[in-house]
Parts: sequence; structure tokens; C-alpha cells
Amino acid sequence: MSEITTVRPEGITPNLLEVKNLKQYFNIPTGFLKSKPLKAVDDVSFEIRDGEILGLVGESGCGKTTVGRSILRLYEPTAGEVWFDNEKIESKQSIANMRRKAQMVFQDPYSSLDPRMTVADIIGEPLDVHKLYANKAERMERIRELMNVVGLSSEHATRYAHEFSGGQRQRIGIARALAVQPKFVVCDEPVSALDVSIQAQIINMFEDLQKQLSLTYLFIAHDLLVVKHISTRIAVMYLGKLIEIGPADELYHKPIHPYTISLLSAVPVPDPNYARSHHRILLEGDVPSPLNMPSGCPFRTRCPRATAKCAEVMPELKEVAPGRKVACHNI
Amino acid sequence: MDSKMAFYIVKRLLLALLTVFLIITITFFVMKAIPGGPFLSEKAPSPAVTAMLEAKYGLDKPIMEQYVTYLKGVVTLDFGPSIKQRGREVMDLITEGFKVSAKLGGSAAALAIVIGLVLGSLAAVFHNKWVDKLIMVTSTASVAMPSFVIATLLLYFFCIRFQLLPANGQTAAGLILPIIALSLYPMSYITRLTRSSMLDVLGQDYIRTANAKGVSPSRVLFKHALKNAVTPVITYAGPMIAYILTGSLVVERIFAVPGLGKYFVSSIINRDYPMVMGTTIFLACLMVIMTLVSDILYKVFDPRVDLS
Repeated sequence: MSEITTVRPEGITPNLLEVKNLKQYFNIPTGFLKSKPLKAVDDVSFEIRDGEILGLVGESGCGKTTVGRSILRLYEPTAGEVWFDNEKIESKQSIANMRRKAQMVFQDPYSSLDPRMTVADIIGEPLDVHKLYANKAERMERIRELMNVVGLSSEHATRYAHEFSGGQRQRIGIARALAVQPKFVVCDEPVSALDVSIQAQIINMFEDLQKQLSLTYLFIAHDLLVVKHISTRIAVMYLGKLIEIGPADELYHKPIHPYTISLLSAVPVPDPNYARSHHRILLEGDVPSPLNMPSGCPFRTRCPRATAKCAEVMPELKEVAPGRKVACHNI
Repeated sequence: MDSKMAFYIVKRLLLALLTVFLIITITFFVMKAIPGGPFLSEKAPSPAVTAMLEAKYGLDKPIMEQYVTYLKGVVTLDFGPSIKQRGREVMDLITEGFKVSAKLGGSAAALAIVIGLVLGSLAAVFHNKWVDKLIMVTSTASVAMPSFVIATLLLYFFCIRFQLLPANGQTAAGLILPIIALSLYPMSYITRLTRSSMLDVLGQDYIRTANAKGVSPSRVLFKHALKNAVTPVITYAGPMIAYILTGSLVVERIFAVPGLGKYFVSSIINRDYPMVMGTTIFLACLMVIMTLVSDILYKVFDPRVDLS
């Protein structure tokens, strides 16, 4: 892999978020008084530098959403550490501090907004909680401002969420996330519930906002083209494990991990000649159940390069080239 | 918005009048179709006396004429005299009984709603913990127990065994046991409704959104969750209040409460026609009003509901 050369951005910008050996298990009842841990996220470590967009991809059920939620303490992690803005997120105080600086945009704009609240109250509630205004007029002014930032008419502040379209509702969700003037936003598949024609608008808005407000994103998605378009770096997950991470362009054009390679070969290309000349790598079998994980590397059951070693030892995420880490024995 | 609401209420009230009219008509003719009459008993009076009595109450006239006369009376809020309770007007009897029943029923309904909501929310928050299990077992048991069993048990323990409270429901302290006996069923029912609807709401995405905003747990529970979870309780509580206000035959009998409940059955058995009509119309009106109130409350609690 010596052809990959890149300047390591590390050290140039400090890490805003560091995730160390994060584990998030859920107990799933398997019978009367019996339960089994579902390893939604298993020993995941990565960091996000200030001002970058880290794209997190993987097929559904691989634990990418759980990573986002655990970072923001919407779940109590089973093990591991999360450092945000040089503070370890552990005590109640540190969680409260983080909620002021880290926010989340949710996947489903239909169900993630309280149907009994007006838009003004949805956007204004974070301001109330963190006491970010001096008087009512200032609160309203701030709400109007936020609505304008995300391209909503502030005249609609007294309406309820159900009176808006999907794209508009996602804009409300974004305005709500931006209300506390966060540094970091977890975008959890923010466009996957939207109409394709709206997706581009919202993605562009995410990009513009990131530049204007110098935000840092963890951008979770299963659409590789969307992630490649928006991200600085990309991380790939499979069955709760992080298997590859690297700069967006390099990872997209020269994937290393066999799973990433097959994932990328599935991306549709709008060029019939290219599509004819490159055959898609089809994986055998299904994703194993996370309740019944294979030993060693979770991908070995479907991996074209699997060896005996893969069944015994889980490969570590190792740096294979500057800025690029891969978890595979056979590369 | 407000004019739309006013229009809706007027429309519903007109429909309610039609409903009450239909109820009056159906009750009137069905009642007359039941064999027997108010003056038939083991010691039946002579045919001459019966004829006189029937003439006095207008029962000798053709049925359509009786019906029209009765409707005229209803319009002027005159429900006529009671046949069995000599010299008393139906209207007075109902008002008198309703005052007592409403005090008892109102307290029972309020108790049922408040405690039901609190217990239901607690059970949902502590889902599958011992608090939840205790609340569920108790509420299932009290939903399953008929009110006369509960009333009898209460009487036995509080009046006879421990002699804490009077058994007679005519004093203020005496109302405590009937209130408990009357509220236990709706309370348990509301507890179960609140729990399941709260469990559903607590799993919703917008609750996670509220948590991510940094909203405190108590505010999440009351502002976001309970407000969304209360709809099924409103549906149930409207008619429940109407029933409970008009008195419970069983509970009022057991505790000797001089309420409305006793008239419902006794007037049918006695073929006390004006009394049957009066109580039926009264309950129908109350029911229609409570349904309207709960429909309006839907709108208040859920802005998505479109009245009309």
C-alpha cells in the first residue's frame, strides 16, 4: 500500500472528540429470566478533529447509529471512554456541559419532533434548558434567527410540526440542534428519510452551515456517495466493529479492507461503460446475527480472503499507511 | 381558529339535541311496549280505581297523544309527577339525588384520574421493575373485582373490624368508603391505560430528542411524555365521568347513600314511566355533554386533531 501517500493532518488540528474502546451492549431477553448481550458497538476507537466531518458508514444494523447515541450519552455506554473538548464525559456535570456543545440531528424528521409543541417551542426549548436568553423578546429573536438560518420562514413559528413537509421538518430539527450554538453535531442519517430531490438541498445546507458556523460533524449514513461528498474522512463499520478509517477520497478510490471493497463495488455508477467493465463483488450469505457473532473477525463468514487465523483472532485496527487504519489480517 | 371552534361546538350541540330526541322517542315507545303497568301488583286496585288513576296520569289516551304531550313537557323542562312517589315532581327527585351522586361521583372520578395518571406514569417509568409489577398486579386485581365485593370488603375492614369509618354514607366521613369503592375500578383502568400509552410515548423519537436537548427528566416526563400519553385517558374519562356522576346503584345501596342510582332500577321495576323517562334523558344529556367535552379536550391536548 505504499502508493498511498498523504500528509497526516494529525497534530495540525486538535481532536475535538476522542472515543476510546467504546462498547455498547444491550441485554436481549432470550427466555424466562435469561438474556444475552447484543454487542451493538464492540470496542470502537476513533477521534474527530476540530472542524472536520467524519463520515460513518455501514449497512443497517451495524451499530453506526448506536455509536452516535452513545457518544452523546443517550445510552449509558457499557465500557469505554468518550472525551469531548478535552473533558472526559462521565459525571452529570460533564454530560450537561456536553449537551450545551454537542447536539444531534435525528434520522426521522416525522417522529423526532414532539407533535404537541409549536416550532417556536421546539427550537426554543434548548434555549430554555440552558438559559441562553435574557428575556422573552430575545428568545423569540433567537428563534426567528435560527429559522432563517435553516431556510424556514419565521412567520411559521407558531405552527405545529405536522403542518410541515419532511424537508421542512428536518430543517426544524437542524435549527433545534443549532439553537445552543454547538461545536459538534452528530447527524444520524439526516437525509435518508427524505425525498431524493430534497436530500441534495439538505446536504448542501449541512455543508454551508459547517463552514459558516465552523462546526464539526459526525455524519452517519448508509449512502456512500453522500458520505463521500460531504466527509473529510470516512469510517466503515461492520457488525459493531470499526474495520477501516481513512481520508474520504483515498478510502473511496482505494479501499483496503475486503468489506469496504465490496461495499464500494455496490455503489451504482452513472456510466454504463464503466458499469459493464467492472463487475460487482457479491458477498455470499447474510450478515450474521449480532446475538451470535462469529469468532475472530466478524466479517470472516463472508470474506473472500478469510483464513484460519481470521476465525481465531479479531484483527486490530492498525495503521497501514499514514492516516489510514484497517482491521484485517490479510492485506 | 376560535370561530372554527365555536362553529364546531354549535354543530355538535345541535347534533346532541337530535340524539337526545331520538333517545326520548325510542325509550318512550320501548317502555310502553314492556308488558305490565304502574298499577299492577299483588294487591291490584279495582278496575274502576285503575281507570281513574290512568286517567289522572293521562295513560288512558292514545299512545301518540301521550308521546306528543310528553315532548311538550320536555321542551318546557317539565318531566311530570312521579307515579310511585306520590306528590313529587320527577325533576325535583332527580336534582335532589344528583346533588348527592355528583358529590360522591365527582370525588371518585377526580381521585381515579389523578391517582390513575400518577400510578400509570410510575409503572411506565419503572417498566419491568418491582414498582411496575406491584402496580400492575394491584390494578389488574381491582379491575377484576366487582364493586359490591370491594364495597363489602371495605365495610368489613373499616367499619366492623377496625371501626374507623361510619358505614352510613349520609355524612361527610361516611362518603370516604363509597368514594373508594366507586373509584377503584376507573382508577385501575386509567392506570393501565396510562401505563401502556406512556410506554409507547417514552419509546418515541421525540423523547430522545428532548433528552438530547438536555431537558431534565421530570420535564421530559410531564411536558413531553404525559401530554402525549393522555389521549386514551381522555377518551375513557368522558363517558366514565358521566356514568359515575349519575350514581352507582350497587355502591349507593350498600352504603345507604341517598343518590340518583337507586331510581334507575326501581323506576323501571315499578313502571314509573315519568321517572324512567326523566332519568334516561338526564343520563343521555350528561353523556352527550361529556363526550363533547372530551372531544374538545382532544384538540387542546393534540393540535393535530382536526375538529369537524
